[in-house]
Amino acid sequence: MPQALAELFPEGGVRRGSTITVSGSSSLVLALLAEVSRHQGWCAEVGSPLLGSAAAAEAGVDLERFVRVAEPGEQWPSVVASLLEAFDIVVVHPPPRAREADMRRLSARARERSAVLLTTAKWEGSQIGLSVVEQRWHGLGSGHGYLQAHELQVQSIGRGAAVRPRRATVWLPQGT
Amino acid sequence: MTAVRSLAVWCPDWPVIAAGGSAELPGAVMHANRVVACSAAARLDGVRRGQRRRDAQSKCPELTVYGHDPGRDARLFESVAAAVEAIVPGIEIIRPGLLVVAARGAARYYQGELPLIATIARAVSDATRFDVQLGIADGIFAATQAAYAASIVPAGAAAEFLAPLPIRVLDRPELADLLTRLGIHTLGDFAGLPRADVLARFGPDGAYVHDLARGIEVRPPAARVAPPELDVEMALDPPINRVDTATFVAKTLAEQLHERLVARGLACIRISIEARTENGEQLSRSWRHGSVSPAVTTPGFTAKGFTANAIADRTRWQLDGWLSGTIRSDDGQPSSGLVFLRLVPDEVVYDDGRQLSLWGAEAGGASGPGGDLEQIDRALSRVQGMLGPDAVVTAVVGAGRDVAEQIRLVSWGEPREVLPADAWPWPGRLPAPSPATVLKPAQPAIVTDIGGNLVVVNGRCVISAAPSWLRVGQQPPVAIIGWAGPWPLDVRWWDRLTARRRARFQIATAEGVGLLMVCENGRWQVEALYD
Repeated sequence: MPQALAELFPEGGVRRGSTITVSGSSSLVLALLAEVSRHQGWCAEVGSPLLGSAAAAEAGVDLERFVRVAEPGEQWPSVVASLLEAFDIVVVHPPPRAREADMRRLSARARERSAVLLTTAKWEGSQIGLSVVEQRWHGLGSGHGYLQAHELQVQSIGRGAAVRPRRATVWLPQGT
Repeated sequence: MTAVRSLAVWCPDWPVIAAGGSAELPGAVMHANRVVACSAAARLDGVRRGQRRRDAQSKCPELTVYGHDPGRDARLFESVAAAVEAIVPGIEIIRPGLLVVAARGAARYYQGELPLIATIARAVSDATRFDVQLGIADGIFAATQAAYAASIVPAGAAAEFLAPLPIRVLDRPELADLLTRLGIHTLGDFAGLPRADVLARFGPDGAYVHDLARGIEVRPPAARVAPPELDVEMALDPPINRVDTATFVAKTLAEQLHERLVARGLACIRISIEARTENGEQLSRSWRHGSVSPAVTTPGFTAKGFTANAIADRTRWQLDGWLSGTIRSDDGQPSSGLVFLRLVPDEVVYDDGRQLSLWGAEAGGASGPGGDLEQIDRALSRVQGMLGPDAVVTAVVGAGRDVAEQIRLVSWGEPREVLPADAWPWPGRLPAPSPATVLKPAQPAIVTDIGGNLVVVNGRCVISAAPSWLRVGQQPPVAIIGWAGPWPLDVRWWDRLTARRRARFQIATAEGVGLLMVCENGRWQVEALYD
């Protein structure tokens, strides 16, 4: 895992079986998925809007091992539970009125199956939350240029070892 | 373990023959636009298995095309099976079109293997209109190959007979591919490798096919007879005499049986289907897990033993075969319906292929749940069962200029085809990085200049003023600190109904968010976010 991202986690990386929340940046989610993909892992995504596929491929996510369920409807907790059985990481975009009990149950399932549950909105039972404090795009002028590099100030805060907030500056796409 | 002297009865190109074709007329059975089987005449013209319909028809314009129907294949094969069974009891159907039977006792009874073959061939041609080819050799695999060659292989000579055959007859495409690249082209070459090395490199399945190649063992290792409590049975009241009712029963029983096997960590490789009719006739037929034919193996995986669906299919085919008329009482009328059905797992093996350890990881494998394709497939099949097959997709980044257009979503289980156009350059695509969130539908927005006037793009793709403020939906306006564009996207201009002229912009706001915006007919929309 790149140094800047690793600094955000007390263990220096995402622990298997944990639930993490990443809000405010889809590219950050993709950067974490790319890490799983690099080790031949399987990723799944439930809910919409789906992460951009072209961006995922550019970030280094193997699209063949990245399975999506865009519209799980009312059955989303069962879908996520099924996917946690087999996948290394499951990204969930929870619906606005998700029930607390469902969230806790799914986090427990992730722990039991040592899979990672990554949510993109507030989640009961999440061990660590990553949020974007400040961000800025480089590469665009007034009427010229292209978006090239994204500078993100990311803060992580959570429970247990992660209770002390950590901050890091992450540059995406990686390598810029 | 010595191989059992076996006799194989093979109907060449069975799917075509069952569909009503004949060897002399060019015909092919198609499934999903591919050739599944073709007649000898079609093969002479260059039609091959796996070919696309269009290619096959260009090779052979007079080709008759039949639909793929495994049920029909199995139903018609029942008449051949019945004819063979009248001569030799205890037949095993490997797949519709191929059956095997132990040869030793029958050969002694008919005073030799040649007379036995002649008797069976005559019985089949008397009872049915189908041509069969027969072969005898040590072991089921060698006998099958002998039937393809219509020959009798002397006892103990299976290895010599198999040696010149190409490696692909083992029906392990991945293994065959690898061995071919290693310079091993025939079964003889493969058999020459030390067994311990084969086991170390290719695992139990590799060692098993190595044994096949050496012609010394036919049954998978550790095959054993199932304890009796594994049988599942059902009394049928009212009696079944229609195929659609039989389908339900088949499915229920198959699931019960599969559950029992799984609970004991076993996989079934041979199953007997037994039934009784109202008039007291006893019917029984065995099916073997056919790893001989790619048509019968589970798509995607070389799963060990029958899956629940495979058991259900075979039971349904068999019931269909019986109900559609080979059960006849003496006066020629179909006899009564079925009142009793039993599934007996004749041979089971320990299912070590997918045993999971206590912590969810594959025994001896990497930690964590992922990586096991079969487990992934099971989870996804369950989700597909809940939401429908199209709900589970993977993406292919392909042809197109638009961020939304270049993504094709492929349902899980469908082939992820790469089209030639995917590799072409698509001038007009924006360079990487691509937006991480593509909004569907696009959100309407308002872009104004420093004076509060709406920014527009004219027909020559010239912008009216530098954009300064952005307002998405009902949110408060934010300042634009960087922008680039317009990049025109003028698509399908040759078709008045679908033509679109759009101007694209990248915009960075004071909040640090990047947006991909589109101005079309004076209206602004946010297409995607670089977030």
